[in-house]
Amino acid sequence: MNDTTPSAAANPRHTAPPPTERVAMLRWMRENLFNSPINSMITVIIALFLVFALPDFIQWALFQSVWSGDHEACRAATGACWAVVGEKHRPMLFGVYPYDQHWRLILALVIYLSVIAATMTPAFWKVKILMPLWIFNLIVTLILMWGGVLGLQPIETSQWGGLPLTMVLFTGTVVFGSPLAVLLALGRRSHLPGIKSICVVFIESLRGVPLITILFVAVNVFPLFLPEGLEFDKLLRVMAGMAIFFACYQAEVIRGGLQAVPRGQIEAAEALGLSYWQLMRRIVLPQALRICLPGLVNHIIAAFKNTSFVLIIGLFDILTATTAVMEDPVWRIFFVEAYLFVALIYFVFCFALSKYSQLVERWLGEGRRF
Amino acid sequence: MISAAVPLSCAGGGDFSLIHFFLLSDNMASSEDSATEKLTAPDRVTPKGDTSIFNSMAFRGIAYQVLLAAFVILGGLYLYINVNANLERQGIATGWSFFNENAGFDIGESPIEYDSEDSYGFALWVGVLNTLRVAFVGIILATILGVFMGIARTSRNWLLSKVANVYVEICRNVPVVLHVLFWATVVRFLPHPKQAITPFDGAFLMNRGIVFPIPNEHPAYIWVGVAFVLGVIGAIFLGRWAQRWREMTGQYIPTFLWGCVIVIGLPLAAWLVQGAPLTWNVPALRGFNFQGGMALSPEYAALVVGVTVYTAAFIAEIVRAGIQSVPHGQIEAARALGLRPRFIMHYVTMPQALRVIVPPTASQYLSLTKNSSLGVLIGYPDLVNIGNTTLNQTGQAVEAIAIMMIVYLSISLAISTFMNLYNRLVAIKER
Repeated sequence: MNDTTPSAAANPRHTAPPPTERVAMLRWMRENLFNSPINSMITVIIALFLVFALPDFIQWALFQSVWSGDHEACRAATGACWAVVGEKHRPMLFGVYPYDQHWRLILALVIYLSVIAATMTPAFWKVKILMPLWIFNLIVTLILMWGGVLGLQPIETSQWGGLPLTMVLFTGTVVFGSPLAVLLALGRRSHLPGIKSICVVFIESLRGVPLITILFVAVNVFPLFLPEGLEFDKLLRVMAGMAIFFACYQAEVIRGGLQAVPRGQIEAAEALGLSYWQLMRRIVLPQALRICLPGLVNHIIAAFKNTSFVLIIGLFDILTATTAVMEDPVWRIFFVEAYLFVALIYFVFCFALSKYSQLVERWLGEGRRF
Repeated sequence: MISAAVPLSCAGGGDFSLIHFFLLSDNMASSEDSATEKLTAPDRVTPKGDTSIFNSMAFRGIAYQVLLAAFVILGGLYLYINVNANLERQGIATGWSFFNENAGFDIGESPIEYDSEDSYGFALWVGVLNTLRVAFVGIILATILGVFMGIARTSRNWLLSKVANVYVEICRNVPVVLHVLFWATVVRFLPHPKQAITPFDGAFLMNRGIVFPIPNEHPAYIWVGVAFVLGVIGAIFLGRWAQRWREMTGQYIPTFLWGCVIVIGLPLAAWLVQGAPLTWNVPALRGFNFQGGMALSPEYAALVVGVTVYTAAFIAEIVRAGIQSVPHGQIEAARALGLRPRFIMHYVTMPQALRVIVPPTASQYLSLTKNSSLGVLIGYPDLVNIGNTTLNQTGQAVEAIAIMMIVYLSISLAISTFMNLYNRLVAIKER
């Protein structure tokens, strides 16, 4: 403990020179790589594998790869063909949206992502800032995508595609799904048997079926529910289906949080004379949502990944667009590179969100340390 | 710097605003009327003269439920009338009579005999079996891979834990749709049967799927199977008896070792007694394709690999969390008592870790089963795929989708019942 204090020099036991870096490294290796015969064996096997595989992979991905040019250059090279991304990134990222209007989508994405970045910054965590910011964000991005005003060429939702469509689906799912999830969770915890049983049946039956069947309902059955002549946009129907599906999973997470709120909190609030909604809004939900934050974020990440299911029903999200692009007979053998590019986009978003949620947990944990 | 500044705001005003972040819509309304909002007396303490029935909790409870029930019933009725009217207008039949009609489409692979002359009902049944085939194999493989990766992540070997970590982070942050699509495309680009890859003698990887040798059928194998079942039952009884014996006398019997001997030895003995019959059915190239052996279609292989790799990443995280949830003091105490490492694993770590591991693993099994419906994407004839074909041919969307949902609900129910039973075995026994 006192190694750094001046008195250490006077103490003969502390006069030995500090271990050199080499010794420290060897010691680290002995403790972390060769701490038992079995571990030494595992280390050697993995190291051998890495020595053989990694250089080949790096050669393929970096040194022998083609970064620009046409498919002829790609076929000639032995490495990866990143040129496919350069050649096809526009239809991959923006789908069938008119080519000369892509600037609108780029602008919308920039606005959208900066609002998300702002939302993730604690300094902006005030309703007075976030609420107008998000209303502004949604209005501007939707105007940019839809057009029809301010001299912008109108674009049908059936022509929306690529990454912006993924973002629209994701935002819609979370924005419409979250309030529904809270209601379902409260309903399931209700002491009124009628409300409780309806919520239980609704949640459990939707959690028991695959998302695809919900999407089939949204596409094939929902139009039958409406009286003749009334129609809803396909994108909106799919979004509603995904939001309901999301809400059922999120409701279970919130229920877990609700159960963890100490009973005394509720009794104290009742003793103060708070009504049911005051009690929930002011006392129970703030605590419950904080407790189940990791679970909430997990399902938000899942909602982002689940947007890719629309491939099956033919909405042009980024994955559908990529699959369609890779039908091109000239480029199709370079599917690995194209899919890696899309995977990278999903990965960056999901990984960042999960790391961010760990950060928030730590902030909250520090605030609660007793 | 940030982490130092934020707790302050969390403890103070920032605390509440984080919640606003979740409940934006709700709180906007509240911030306006919060000034005028007066805290009313609870209904139970009814003041004199205010005995209106609308202030009674019981009455309100009934009223809410009646309103909700009426909403659900009337809404359902309204939708039902609309659906009927729409179907009639479009000339689409209703009811389940299509079940017995000729399906008229072929199914790429089927565990039971099927041809296009068979009925829709039978075709859907083939789909159910195909779904179960993926789910069953996927669950087993994902458990093996996931447990291995989970333990690897907690390993004291730095390299191993890092490799497992990279696997988990990459696989669970990419959508399962992309996993399945990727593997389906990989399989499609494998070489033709004539240039098939042979990982070991007799097995072939190609764009028509995977073929590998299997033993030829022989009547002796029935007895081997019977011996295996008997061996498993015997091992369970041995385990129970050994535990009782240990509690009574303190003597330890190596249950695991003897259990393995019984489970493997009995079928082996049965096989040897009947003259050890073994001939291999080796696949061979005839014309354009392989004959004999066991063949897995490319779609099946891609689907199983895709859902397995994805789900295993989640199971690995669950296993890691479970193992790390056991307090270190428990293991130190066990060491201080002089328990050998494998006894620590068996009697101290695993019983406590399993309580944490089993419930979330059950929901991963459920999600794997549901994700097997991605077969429709790559042309594997699972239930959703065949249901979708039925839907397109008959136009009876409501019935076709209802069948899919009912079947998946039943499968989910079966899996969760089974896992609940298992969970009861490993859960804390409170006495």
